[in-house]
This record gives sequence, structure tokens and C-alpha cells, in this order.
Amino acid sequence: MTDINSIILLVVILLNFFILGSARLVACIRAVALQGALLALLPVIVHGFSLHSLGLAGGAFLFKGGLIPWLLLRAIREVRIRREVEPLISLVATLFLGAMATVAAFLFADQLPLIHASQAGVLVPASLATMLAGFLLLMTRRKAITQVVGYLMLENGIFIFGVLLSTAMPLVVEAAILLDLLVAVFVMGIVLNHVNREFSSINIERLSALKE
Amino acid sequence: MIVGMLIHLLLLLLFAPLLAGIIARTKALFAGRRGQPVLQLYFDLLRLARKGSVISKTTTWVFAAGPVIGLVVPLIAALMIPFGTLQAPLSFDGDLILFVYLFALARFFTAAAALDTGSSFEGMGAAREVTFSCLAEPTIMFALLVLAKLSGGLSLDILLGDHLNASWRGGSGPALGLILVCLFVVLLVENSRIPFDDPNTHLELTMIHEVMVLDHSGPAFAMILYGAALKLMVLGTLIVNLALPWATPWWALNLLLYLAGLVLLAMLIGIVESVMARLRLVRIPQVLIGTTLISVFALVLVLR
Repeated sequence: MTDINSIILLVVILLNFFILGSARLVACIRAVALQGALLALLPVIVHGFSLHSLGLAGGAFLFKGGLIPWLLLRAIREVRIRREVEPLISLVATLFLGAMATVAAFLFADQLPLIHASQAGVLVPASLATMLAGFLLLMTRRKAITQVVGYLMLENGIFIFGVLLSTAMPLVVEAAILLDLLVAVFVMGIVLNHVNREFSSINIERLSALKE
Repeated sequence: MIVGMLIHLLLLLLFAPLLAGIIARTKALFAGRRGQPVLQLYFDLLRLARKGSVISKTTTWVFAAGPVIGLVVPLIAALMIPFGTLQAPLSFDGDLILFVYLFALARFFTAAAALDTGSSFEGMGAAREVTFSCLAEPTIMFALLVLAKLSGGLSLDILLGDHLNASWRGGSGPALGLILVCLFVVLLVENSRIPFDDPNTHLELTMIHEVMVLDHSGPAFAMILYGAALKLMVLGTLIVNLALPWATPWWALNLLLYLAGLVLLAMLIGIVESVMARLRLVRIPQVLIGTTLISVFALVLVLR
């Protein structure tokens, strides 16, 4: 059981690296969708079959593996962009920072005062690493759509942490988070379209200037 | 020990050119052709060995030393690595560092021989080769460190020995899987295979390894081809030993398993070459830094 668990989390961490190092937006979105779908399996594996865990898994799978990536891909098709042209710092440097963040997450997780059962696996470090990678993406990218991908990764990290507590965490809380995320993606998509129509570019730097 | 050495060298010398044939055959099958005979490299080597060679007047002894060292280095390196369950005849603590840097020595002399001709194209190839291999080196060192941590030894014989079977089953399976992928990428880089370099290209501008040996002909070129085939088998052995850790009580069956593993590896390389396009030159360092980071991550997993 814990074995499948740690393999899934390992793939999730590798996908973090892939997203941080990839310049192609479509590949980024597909990777984050795969990450969400893989993570949806976790509650069932950790807590066994029950109505609660199945609901959690099904909801996460539908939203993060299907609906949100589909919306993002559609938004990309409408604004016709393919690549992250110029990230704030180079892709290799981002990758390097991501790796350092991952190592730091592993070292930090060992120091946390958790109960012994949750100390054993790679759940906590993987969750911290995914959150940090999400932050990194939010900080270093200029395109609005990559920032949405960063939010999704952040949510994935929180989801991994939530799996630890999922017996204590009511379904409603997770459902509310997913709904928030969906609304955020919707709003982002609409904003994206408007920004694109207004400035004929979706670089978020333009938003900080008041006048053209 | 002398017998062990002889068996090791005989296996290497006889079997290595076959792998190149298998790679070519796999690629031909994917392209819908019949392809050259599997033994083509043996015929090529014989033909080249009988020919004379032309040596430019501007070159010095370095030009002649390049191919010789390129042929001798894989032979020495092979003595330090176990072939399946056949133990390494030459094994001592810390030989893994010598193993890595022997190949660096061969690369230095190949690059020096290329520069010795004074051709601008060959200088370009040498610069590329050295750049990419210095990025590949950390990956292989970290991968070997992971194995050293797991086995508790410092010689390749122990690193690739009995502990692997237990390690795969135990908690460190994921880390071993990661370094297996990293080592495969290093194998492709070091042997100038397709995602990184095209061994069959005819444009000097896109070549890396092939451009460095343009001026070698006849027996010297045969030595380069043979050296490349030997290097593929020695580095491939690292991967096969790691991926197939099972041992049966019969030594013949073990040997057969090891050789079958090598054939499978050659087919895998052929498949990768058929389904992938060459990466742009600027992407190669990114990929190599990525594999380095993954192998560092594997080390962190093991050290935890």
C-alpha cells in the first residue's frame, strides 16, 4: 500500500520538475492535469474504500484531471499562445531553484513535530515540495495562464497534505476549495480574454502600468 | 585472475560490435526497410583494417594517439565492472572514480586529436562534445553515489553486486528507478545517440562526435568505430546489471541473461532513435541539468 503511495508521490515530484523546466504551455497544462488525476487516487489508497474517500477522489479527479485543464486548454486555443516566451529568470535557473526547494522540503519535513505515523512516508515532503514549486511558478512566469498552472500546483500540494487529515477534513471543505479553484480559473479565463483583446498580449506586466 | 581477465576481454571484444548491428536493424525495421546484416560492423572493421590511411602533414603524434586511447580505455574500464554475475577481475576501493575518469581521458584525447588537425569543423565538434560531457558527468557520479550509499562499498563490483536485489524490493526501489533513467540518458549522450547527436548525419554543422573523426581513415578509423562499440557495451553493462539483478545458480544461464539484457538494451536504443527527433542544441544542456537534478533527488531519497 505505502509502496504505490510513494511511487505516485515520486511521479508527482518529477512532474513538478517537468512543469518548472518546460517552455510549452500545453505540455505544462497536461502535466498538471496528470498530477491532479494521480493525486485523486491517494485518498482511496491511504484510507481504503469508503463513501468519504471515494467522494473526495472522484471530485478531485473530475475537477483537477478533467474540467479545469479542459478550460485552460480552451483558453489557450482562443488567445493563440503556445510558449512561455521570456520567463523572469531562465528555465534552467527555475529548475535549479525547484530542486533546491525540493531538497529543503525533504530536510524540513524531518524536523516537523508530527505524529509518528505521518512522519514515515514521503507525503509531507512531497506536499511541501509541490507547494513550493507552485509558488516558484507563480513568481517567475509572466503569462497569466502559467500562473493559473501555479495555483493548480499549489492546490495539489495542499491536497496531498489534506490526505493526511482526510478523516478529520469534511468533504464540504474540499468541495469548497475545488469550487473556489474552478471559479478562479473561470475568472482568469475571462480576464485573459479581455486582456488579450485590450492589449493584444497577455503579459501580466502590462497590468501594472496604468497607462499605455 | 588472468583467466577472468581473458574471459572478460573476449566477451567484450567479440560481442560489442553485434550491439551496433542490432541498433541499426531495429531502426531499419521501424522504417520499414530490411536493413543491413546484423554482423555489418564486423565486416566494416575487417575492411577498414586492410586499407591504408592518409595522414595530414600538419598533424603530430596526438592525432595518432586519439584512436588508440579510444580503443584501450573501454578495455581497461571493462576489467573493473562485473558482467552479470561474472566478477570484475580488477577490483579495488574507489575504482568507480577511475571508471568515470577513464572515459574522460579518452574524450580528452579524441578532442585533442580533432584539434590537432587544425580544421575549424573538428574544433567545433570538440567544443560541443566537451561541453555536453562535462554536463553529463555529475549525473553519473551522483548515480554511483546512490549505489555506494545503498551497498556500503566503494568498488563497482560491490556497487552492482548482490545488494541490488534486496534494494529494489526494499524502500529504495524508487531511487534506483530514477538513477536507471538518468544512466540511460548518460548512455545516449556518451555514445552520441539520437536525441543528443545523430551518428548517421552527413551535415558537419549538426554533428558532435562524428565531426571529430572526419580526418581519420583506414585502421585508425576502424579503431574509433571499435572503441565506440566497446564503450557502448561497457556503459550498457552498468545499466543491465542495475536493471536485471537476478542471479540463478547456473553461471551459463546468468551469462545468457546478461547478454539478453544487452540485446534488449540495444533494441531499446533503436526504438528511442526511431521515435524521437534530435533535440535542438540549446535544449541538450537543459535536459542534462534536469537529469543531474533528478539524480541528486535520488540521492536525497536514499540519504533520508
